[in-house]
Amino acid sequence: MAERNMTMREALNLALEQALARDERVFLLGEDIADASGGGILGVTNGLSTKYGEDRVIDTPISEAAITGAAIGAALDGRRPVAEIMMMDFIGIAMDQIVNHAAKMRYMTAGRTTSPITVRAAVVAGMGTGATHSQSLESWFMGVPGIKVVMPSSPADAKGLLTTAIFDDDPVLFLEPVKLLGARGMVPVEEHAIPFGQANTVRIGTDVTIVTYGWGVPMSQAAAAELEAEGISVEILDLRTLLPLDVPAMLEAVNRTRRAVVVTTSVRFGGPSAEIAATLTENLFDRLVAPVARVGAQFTPIPSAPVLEAAHFPDAERIADAVRRTVGVRAGVGG
Amino acid sequence: MAVTTPKRPVPAAEQQRRMYELMTLMKLTDDRLAKGIGSGEFLSVYWPHRGQEAVAAALGVVLRSTDQLVTTYRGLHDHIGKGVPVEAIIGELLGKETAPGMGKGGTSHLAYPEAGAMLSTGIVGAGLPIAVGLGLAVRQQGLDRVVAVSFGDGATNTGSFHEAMNMAAVLDVPVVFVCQNNLYGEKTPVERTMKVATVAERAAAYGMPGLRVDGNDPDAVFGSLAEAVERTRAGGGPVLVECVTFRFRGHSYGDSQSYMPRERLAAALERDPVPAYRRRLLDMGVCSESELLAVEATAADVVDQAVKKCTDAPEPSTERLLDHRYVDDHNMPA
Repeated sequence: MAERNMTMREALNLALEQALARDERVFLLGEDIADASGGGILGVTNGLSTKYGEDRVIDTPISEAAITGAAIGAALDGRRPVAEIMMMDFIGIAMDQIVNHAAKMRYMTAGRTTSPITVRAAVVAGMGTGATHSQSLESWFMGVPGIKVVMPSSPADAKGLLTTAIFDDDPVLFLEPVKLLGARGMVPVEEHAIPFGQANTVRIGTDVTIVTYGWGVPMSQAAAAELEAEGISVEILDLRTLLPLDVPAMLEAVNRTRRAVVVTTSVRFGGPSAEIAATLTENLFDRLVAPVARVGAQFTPIPSAPVLEAAHFPDAERIADAVRRTVGVRAGVGG
Repeated sequence: MAVTTPKRPVPAAEQQRRMYELMTLMKLTDDRLAKGIGSGEFLSVYWPHRGQEAVAAALGVVLRSTDQLVTTYRGLHDHIGKGVPVEAIIGELLGKETAPGMGKGGTSHLAYPEAGAMLSTGIVGAGLPIAVGLGLAVRQQGLDRVVAVSFGDGATNTGSFHEAMNMAAVLDVPVVFVCQNNLYGEKTPVERTMKVATVAERAAAYGMPGLRVDGNDPDAVFGSLAEAVERTRAGGGPVLVECVTFRFRGHSYGDSQSYMPRERLAAALERDPVPAYRRRLLDMGVCSESELLAVEATAADVVDQAVKKCTDAPEPSTERLLDHRYVDDHNMPA
C-alpha cells in the first residue's frame, strides 16, 4: 500500500475525509469544526465542510450533552456520527449521554438498539493549558462496560484506528494526544483499518517490557534509546486500545522479559496502569522477577506553570529510572 | 400563551374510540401492575402512569407507525400508545427471557423499534438530546417522519432540556417535545421548582412555538399534538407542547405520597381522564354502553393474557449475562 509522510493531524483528517467519501451515513458534529468557524480548533477537520457541506460537517452550539446525545440518536437510526468534544476535559458535560446511554444501549435492549458513535476528544497535555484543559481521563471509561477506548501514538495508527472507530458497531471514545498532532510518520494513503484489541510491539527487547499507549509511547521510546546505551534492552508494547485490552500480547511479552513497567500520562493512582499491573501480576506472579513498576502523572490537578506541569507528568527520565530500578541496575552503573 | 382554539384539528369518531381503547389498556395495565406488586404476586419496580393516559393515547393516535418515540421510565403508557404489545412491556418488567431486552433493561429502559419506540431513559431529561439526533437522521435521509419525545415537568429544569431545545431549533429538526406536566418532579411540586407559570413559555427562549393544553382531555391533547406534528412534518421545525395532567400513584410504586395534600389528590382523582372520557363518548354518541363494555372487556383480556404469558415465561439464562455488551467480545474483560 502506498504511503506518504504526514502529521497525525493530517492522518486524522484523511481518515475522516475517506469515511465521509465512502459512506453517506457518516457525518461530523461539534463545536467550531466547519471551515466557516476555523475548521476545528486544532485543525483536524480543516477543509471537510468545504468539500462535504455543512449538512455533513455540522457546527453546533457549545452543548456537549446535546452534541453527544444527538450523535446517539442519529446512530440509533443507523447513521455513523463522529462527534467532537473539543477537549477531553469537557466530556464531563456529556458523561450522562456516554455512560448511561451510548455504552448501555446494546445491553439494555439485548441488541435491539445500538449506538455506533465515535466521540473524538483531544487530550491537550503538556502545553500549559491548566487543570481543566489538559486531562487524560481514560480510566473513567475503563470502568464502563459497553464503550471502547482508543488512543493512538503515531500518524499511521491514528488513521487506521479512527477508520475502525467510525465503522465499529459500538460506541468508541477516540482520544487524540495533542502533543503528537504535529508528529510525522509514514501513513498508508488508501483507506486502512487497524483492528481494536491488537497491541503493537513498537520496539523489541529482552530485559523489560514497557506497556504504554498514546503520548506514553514516544516518551518510552526516548527512555529506551537512553537505556540501550547502558546495556538495557527494552521492549515497548503500544496497547493502542484500553477497551478492548490486548491482555494476551501483554502476557506474552512480559512472560518473556519477566519484568514490566507500565507508563501512562493519566494519574498513576487509580489510573489505567493499576488495572494493567494487576492483570500482569495475577497472571505472571511466578514468572516476574521484580514487582511491576508504574509510571504515571502525579496525583494533583494539572498545574499551568511550565515547571510544575513538567513535574506533574512523567517524562523519559522518570521512565528510565523506573526501568533501571526494575532491572536492578542503578543509573551510571550498567552497560 | 396559546390555548386550544377551534382551529385545531378535531379527532374523528374512530380516533376518539381508539383513544378510549388505548386509555383503557393503559389504565388496566397500571392497575394490574400495582395489584401484582402490591400483593407480592411478582417482584418488580415501576413508575406509575395512572392519571396521564389522555396524553399518551392522543400521542399514540396522532403519530404514524413510522414516526418515532423517545420516552422515560414513566413511559409504559407512551409505549402502549405507540403500539408496543403489553406482553412485551410486562415481560421486561418481570425480567423474562422472552422480553424485548431479556430483562436486561427493565422497566425504565424499554425499547421496541419495530413500533418506533426507540428509547426509554431512566435519567430525567436525557431523552431530549437523543430525540434531536433521531430528528437529525430524519432530515439527513429526507424522510417525512416526525420524532416525538415525552418527558415530565422535572426534565425541563435540566441542562439537557436547554441544550436539546436550543440545538433542535438551531438545526431545525422535526422533533415534537411533549411535556407531560404532572405537577410533581419526584416529590416536589412544580411551584417550588420553577419561577415561570408554564412550561410552554420556555419555548420562547429557543424561538420555538410553545402550546399548552389540558392534558386530561384527550380531544384537546389530540388537537394540540396534531397541530404540532403536522407543522413539524411540513418542515415547520420543532414545537413544544405542554400537557397539564396529574400523577395518581406517586413517583414510583409504593410511594406513600406523604408530601401530597389530600385535597389536591382528591380533586385530581375527581378529574380522572378515563371515566371522564367514557362519559363524553357516551354523551356525544360516539360509542354505546355495550361498545364501551366490549372495549373494556377486550383490554382486560389483553392484560390478563399478557400477565399469564409473562409469569409462565422462563427467566433469562445466567449464561447470557455477558451477551450484548459489544458486537464482538474479543479481548474484552469479563
